[in-house]
Amino acid sequence: MDFSTFLLMRHEILLLAVVLLLIVAEVFIAQSKKSSIVHLAIFLFGIHTIIGFLTIDFGSLFGGMFHTNALINFFKNVLNVGVLILLLQSGDWLQEKIVKEHRGTEFFILLFSSLLGMYFMISAGDFLMFYLGLELSTLPVAALAAFETSKRISSESGIKLILSAGLASGVSLFGISMLYATTGSIYFVDITEAITASNLTILGFIFFFAGLAFKISLVPFHFWTADVYEGAPISVASYLSVISKGAAVFILMILLFTVMKPLMHIWENILYVIAVATMFIGNLFALRQQNMKRFLAFSSIAQAGFILLGLMIGNQLGTTTVVYFVLIYIFSNLAAFGVVQAISLKTGKENMKDYEGLYRTNPNLSLVMMLALFSLAGIPPVAGFFGKFFLFMAAASEGYYWLVFIAVVNVTISLYYYLLVVRAMFLRKSDNAIPHFKSKLYMRIGLLVTVIGILILGLYSPLYDYIFELSKNLY
Amino acid sequence: MDILSLFIVVPIILVVALVFAKGLKQARTVAMIGSIIQLGMSINLVFAYFKERAINEDIMVFTKDLLWFKQFNIHYSIGVDGISVALLLLTSIVVLAGVFISWKMPDLPKEFFISLIILSIGVYGFFISIDLFTMFVFFEIAVIPMYLLIGIWGTGPREHSAMKLTLMLMGASAVLLVAILGIYYNSDADGGALTFNILEIAKVNIPFEAQKIFFPLAFIGFAVIGALFPFHTWSPDGHASAPTAVSMLHAGVLMKLGGYGVFRVAMYLLPEGAMHWSWFFIILAVIGVVYGALSAIKQTDLKYINAYSSVSHLSLVMFALLMLNKTSWNGAILQSLSHGFMTALFFALIGMIYGRTHTRDITKLGGLLKVIPFISVVYVIAGLASLGLPGFSGFVAEMNIFVGAFQHEDMFTRVATVFSVSVIVITAVYILRVVGIMLMGPIKNEAYLKLERVTWYEKTGILLLLIPIVGIGVAPLWLSNMILESLEPFIQGLL
Repeated sequence: MDFSTFLLMRHEILLLAVVLLLIVAEVFIAQSKKSSIVHLAIFLFGIHTIIGFLTIDFGSLFGGMFHTNALINFFKNVLNVGVLILLLQSGDWLQEKIVKEHRGTEFFILLFSSLLGMYFMISAGDFLMFYLGLELSTLPVAALAAFETSKRISSESGIKLILSAGLASGVSLFGISMLYATTGSIYFVDITEAITASNLTILGFIFFFAGLAFKISLVPFHFWTADVYEGAPISVASYLSVISKGAAVFILMILLFTVMKPLMHIWENILYVIAVATMFIGNLFALRQQNMKRFLAFSSIAQAGFILLGLMIGNQLGTTTVVYFVLIYIFSNLAAFGVVQAISLKTGKENMKDYEGLYRTNPNLSLVMMLALFSLAGIPPVAGFFGKFFLFMAAASEGYYWLVFIAVVNVTISLYYYLLVVRAMFLRKSDNAIPHFKSKLYMRIGLLVTVIGILILGLYSPLYDYIFELSKNLY
Repeated sequence: MDILSLFIVVPIILVVALVFAKGLKQARTVAMIGSIIQLGMSINLVFAYFKERAINEDIMVFTKDLLWFKQFNIHYSIGVDGISVALLLLTSIVVLAGVFISWKMPDLPKEFFISLIILSIGVYGFFISIDLFTMFVFFEIAVIPMYLLIGIWGTGPREHSAMKLTLMLMGASAVLLVAILGIYYNSDADGGALTFNILEIAKVNIPFEAQKIFFPLAFIGFAVIGALFPFHTWSPDGHASAPTAVSMLHAGVLMKLGGYGVFRVAMYLLPEGAMHWSWFFIILAVIGVVYGALSAIKQTDLKYINAYSSVSHLSLVMFALLMLNKTSWNGAILQSLSHGFMTALFFALIGMIYGRTHTRDITKLGGLLKVIPFISVVYVIAGLASLGLPGFSGFVAEMNIFVGAFQHEDMFTRVATVFSVSVIVITAVYILRVVGIMLMGPIKNEAYLKLERVTWYEKTGILLLLIPIVGIGVAPLWLSNMILESLEPFIQGLL
């Protein structure tokens, strides 16, 4: 057996190695220096991210169950960068709160296992690998959501996530089985040739789609989002909103554009309706939120609606704009969650009212939050504008002008609630504003990286061209 | 670095310099120096433009083109013609005057000047861009600092006014985005490539069906910021709640982005759509002109009077643009410039009066001419310019507009024109009313006997704005010719 082909799975093997190293390292770390597990984990994952960018061969393994190409590799690197920023932002929280309870290693093991599941899900060549990846990515996150065992709300979010996710996976599996019934195979390449728009196939597609839509928090599969984000620790909420969603978007895109291509006339319309519903529901519910985590949860739901605009058109332009948007969205959302986490770690306050007058006491933090919100809203010249504009261009290129109009109306609505936070921080003065504090090094680096990303990624056009070149590999 | 990109780069350097300034004195000095440099740049541009025009016959001069996003054919494309040059000059004068008026900004002065300069970056960028995407980027950059400027440093119901203004203007630019995408995806109608470049799209015959749909979207997208009825409702509250320099900059410059956008984008690129829809928007413009002026009569708050006056004057710009001929377009640009200086001057004066008497209610003011003569005399002059007295810029502009409007012989346009001409009388009513009540007559409040005399920085700001008003009124020909020359290609496009 030729073991060198396993090098195709370099990302997965490296991540597995990181996990194993962490398990072993914990045994050898002295009681007094428990927090060094955090440093070790971040260091190892940083190396893993960097190695991910080095050149790698592409091909298939396990008889076609696992395959990689340049685009899939780029997806994995994007997810890596997101998780690295997430770890940097969570480093302080882990050192202060979690390591004391001797659960630092568990956090990393669970997180990296989930990421591993996402790698398998994205690289899937058949539905079995896809399902394995889906389950492996979801189950550890449920445990992570319940990580703050001292708080009842955290356990509640864990239970909600595991039950809803279990149901979604089951429904998805049912859909997969129907697809197998009509096409006779679970391998993507075989299905692509055999698939027709028969009634059972369409039904199978809808059931299957429901499972993925759950992970992306599309309406009407979004009900778990707000409660889980509110209860889970903030790093887990960021992970769910950015990495989990991004991976699900990637695999949905791959499946829709290759396997389900003959069904395009069906799923085009489905995505249209869901996009409109998701944008409106996400935006309208976000208007009323006071808790920052719920606020960002509904904002994430609305952003997912925007992503569908690019998914709908099913061609190379769609692929490029979706990947570009997800990359920028990772930076914007992690910046916003990072500020919320910094404040929550220091003061425990998560309500918008407590953010009043923040600019007078913590100007830099307020500016980071403002940049993040402007990027989420799509205001030039920060990166979020370019992401959204190109998504709209993609939709307009196929003539969906009404949809673009609805989307820009939603952008205006979203601007209102993003400005509510800006209003609290900048316009209002408060006697019990959060006093000035300096975050520790990890959080600062984490926020700095996201700010640089927000400022540069949009203006730096070669990035878009690079993604456009990569997206040819989808076909 | 070419002469035009400096208009973006210098303010960016100024913002960076302001970040390092500490305290009011440093901030205002840095801002003043930077704005003086920019004023010098725009005066230099005027002379350079004339020199270039003598040898260069292109539509736009000093052009520069950098490929930005290859896949979408988006370029960083800049260039100016006579109209842009004039508007750039207006912007730099108003910004400098605004800096002087804000000489004593008490709260967070550094952030105030930074936001103001970022606003001006958006405006400068918008005037020099000839690529639709770049234009749109600068357009939105020009809108968003308004939220902070009104919300933090404003007075009265500032949070509400700021939110209303920002949402309405961003909503308008959202509609504009749809229009821009529509224009872009139809720019290959003649078999060429899809492009965002205005000059290239103008050569393409965009299909009439598309023009019918996208012209109103583009027009409304720009006209909201130009205070077109019924989308003008953000303006009175916005101007009244804003701090003085922000009102000056917004009414004086930002609202001109609307007229400029309508002219450069909506009418230049979609001429058949413009002719098809002009009747509808003429009705809205005439309503705005008359209704704005009538509303101004009723107001007792100085800032609201001026805000409604701006609605009226800017609707006149829209009216003139919709006349679709050379004379009234010349008048529209002249009116934009003239009104820009005038309204900035008004807001500056109102700010000075409010700073001294702590009220903007004209029923409580009276006899100010005796107490603060310099400010009051300038107010009278500004008022006379606003109602179109010959010798000031307002007359030159309005005369061109109405002569151009009368060139249309059909009944509908004649009636509309007669309605618009009546605004001269209505304007005279509210201007002279305010002058009479506030400046003349008995002094109503004993405390006013001891008002502070005008300071050097206030005088400088006032004179910066007054001189162009008188200058254009007395010697308009150089400006008018500069504009008429640049209008040639646009009129050709219409025919």
